[in-house]
Amino acid sequence: MRESSQPLAGLRQRIARLAASGGPASQPAQSWLATGHDAFDAAIGGGLMVGRTHEFFAADALDGTSAAAFAALVALRSGGDAPLLWLRTVDAGRRTGHIYAPGIAELGGDPDRLLLVETADPKMLLACANDAVRCAGSAAVIVESWGKFPLLDLTAGRRLTLGARDAGTTLLMLRLNAVPTPSVAETRWHIVAAPSRELEANAPGAPAFDLELLRWRSGPAGTRWRLDWDKDEQAFRDAALSGAVLPLAARRTVHPLGAEAA
Amino acid sequence: MPLADARAQVGDLAIVPHDPVLDQNWLDRLAQGCARYTPLVALDAPDGLILDITGCTHLFEGEAGLIDDIDRRLTRLGMTVRHTLGPTANAARALARYQTRPAPDEATAIRRLPVAALELDAEAATALVRAGLKTIGDLAARPMANLAARFGADAAMALRRILGDAPSPLDPRVAPPPVATERRFAEPVASLPHATRILAELVGEAIAELAERGQGGRHFGATFFRSDGLARRIAVETGHATRDPGLVMRLFAERMDGLADPLDPGFGFDMIRLEVPRLEALGATQLKLEGGAARAVRQGAAMDELTDRLTTRLGRGRVRALRPADTHIPEQAQLALPAIDTPPALPWPAPEPGEPPLRPFYLFDPPQVIEVIAEVPDGPPHRFRWRRQAHAVRRYEGPERIAAEWWRRRDNGGLTRDYYRVEDDRGRRYWLFRHGLYDEKPDPRWYIHGVFA
Repeated sequence: MRESSQPLAGLRQRIARLAASGGPASQPAQSWLATGHDAFDAAIGGGLMVGRTHEFFAADALDGTSAAAFAALVALRSGGDAPLLWLRTVDAGRRTGHIYAPGIAELGGDPDRLLLVETADPKMLLACANDAVRCAGSAAVIVESWGKFPLLDLTAGRRLTLGARDAGTTLLMLRLNAVPTPSVAETRWHIVAAPSRELEANAPGAPAFDLELLRWRSGPAGTRWRLDWDKDEQAFRDAALSGAVLPLAARRTVHPLGAEAA
Repeated sequence: MPLADARAQVGDLAIVPHDPVLDQNWLDRLAQGCARYTPLVALDAPDGLILDITGCTHLFEGEAGLIDDIDRRLTRLGMTVRHTLGPTANAARALARYQTRPAPDEATAIRRLPVAALELDAEAATALVRAGLKTIGDLAARPMANLAARFGADAAMALRRILGDAPSPLDPRVAPPPVATERRFAEPVASLPHATRILAELVGEAIAELAERGQGGRHFGATFFRSDGLARRIAVETGHATRDPGLVMRLFAERMDGLADPLDPGFGFDMIRLEVPRLEALGATQLKLEGGAARAVRQGAAMDELTDRLTTRLGRGRVRALRPADTHIPEQAQLALPAIDTPPALPWPAPEPGEPPLRPFYLFDPPQVIEVIAEVPDGPPHRFRWRRQAHAVRRYEGPERIAAEWWRRRDNGGLTRDYYRVEDDRGRRYWLFRHGLYDEKPDPRWYIHGVFA
């Protein structure tokens, strides 16, 4: 069949190519970013799937550090010296604080692998994120945003996800001070800081995280975990429930956010 | 005087062999440094520098300020400086090298210079002195023709140059870029796409020359000369030496797209020049035997290209890598360096095994003021208020006392800080400090410096 217009023919060819490759779901990802916590990894099929988008929400701004640290630790514990790209806007330093390399070193990560990209505005952030996910060879790409991110609609999210899938990179979206919205992410998490296991003389202990799986494309959502980071083992493990502090019911002021968004 | 005699007279004589090449290199480096004062710096070998400071002095609050600055800088480098200002380069040079007697003004000073300032050969100088002509002023009072007839035209010219009657051009030391190509047009090029195509051709030519030298470029600068006299320079950098014309042109396209003030051809460009000022050795790449495409030479070549592109788009200071700094002041313990310079990896302090993290994940710089209620004045915080939100401290550890760096600063470096790691009732961990001990300051303030994971 001869097409009357050149663009139409081009579009048809493109659709044919897309159909041949079978769309985003047909290529199974080969590997995972594992947390090192066996039950946790098994429950989500091996860990955070490489080549997909994963979203980490911190509804309360004060929990942003926990979400950021969780994403960074999962990406950095993969070993090797592949760089971890961290994209944020310039004003993020004033708002949530500057990424502090000695702190990452204290958590057992290698700050030399960090490549920090700061953009002037969210629009440029999205453009740079598009370039970054299309570049193979990174451990992961972390995109940190604050508040509502209207530019990141379904189309933009899908473009990012396709880029990540084609290049085999993992995109970790850090959504601080934001409520979950529909997106094409593989998993969506809600992260809250948890009370740590106390050390001698009532000192705060290792970082502890409360995670809630809001959405998972290939399985049931709604599960919750409380994990500790063990920097000597470079792995997450179960937070030991100390008897003194267990204010679980009182502490859960944030309602399950996944129901309406998933 | 023989060395043995000199040694006999001065016991602890330091002896260094004369190395003219090293001296020349040093002079060259000094000249490079003097580019901060003026773009026109000329070498006056073996031990002089001539700076054309016309129109540059206001930046240093006048000639005196400029000379002070030069003096201070060169003295710090261990140089003994003798400086003069003169109306022309030759006059200034003669004054600096031959002035023996003070004079009320410049013109008089020049006239009082000995005839040696003409730098004639020894015979001619002796002849002048024997004739009773001891100063430049004596010579200038005579007809120039006589001097030229007796000692040659060169002597007359030297005299006229010192007096300022003849031009004394400066040969400034501007390092020419090692590789440069340019294209001049008979008709101005008013179309930007065409200009870009020409730039691509120039890049191709420059890269062919680089390939011959076995080098690659780290910095490419294109200057677009408009027919109405404006010149616009656009430069791109790469993190590693490259000879890939596609990459260079992609970076140029990225740069031109991102210009806040777009490149405007106006009435057209009449010349485009491409310079490659920064070169590095780069071996030839091996082509695949079965296919034509060169294989990726280094691991992570794609990452390097991404770094280059993001740096070109956002600026050097926006794409950074973190490196440790040797200080215990928390906010100075990390350096964020441009990633395009590929700063060398340095070891970070290893964390203590079995300990919780002692440094926060996010750091506030500057620290943010908080209101703290402590049970005892010198004790740990009990409650604190940050960003209009109250936090009750449930666990704490501290203080970790960090003193100011009194050995670096003259005013003893400020106040001591007492850091506390605290956890509030909702499980968030913060890094707080009291700025100043109670015997340093009556009512020290509290700050939050970071947030732990």
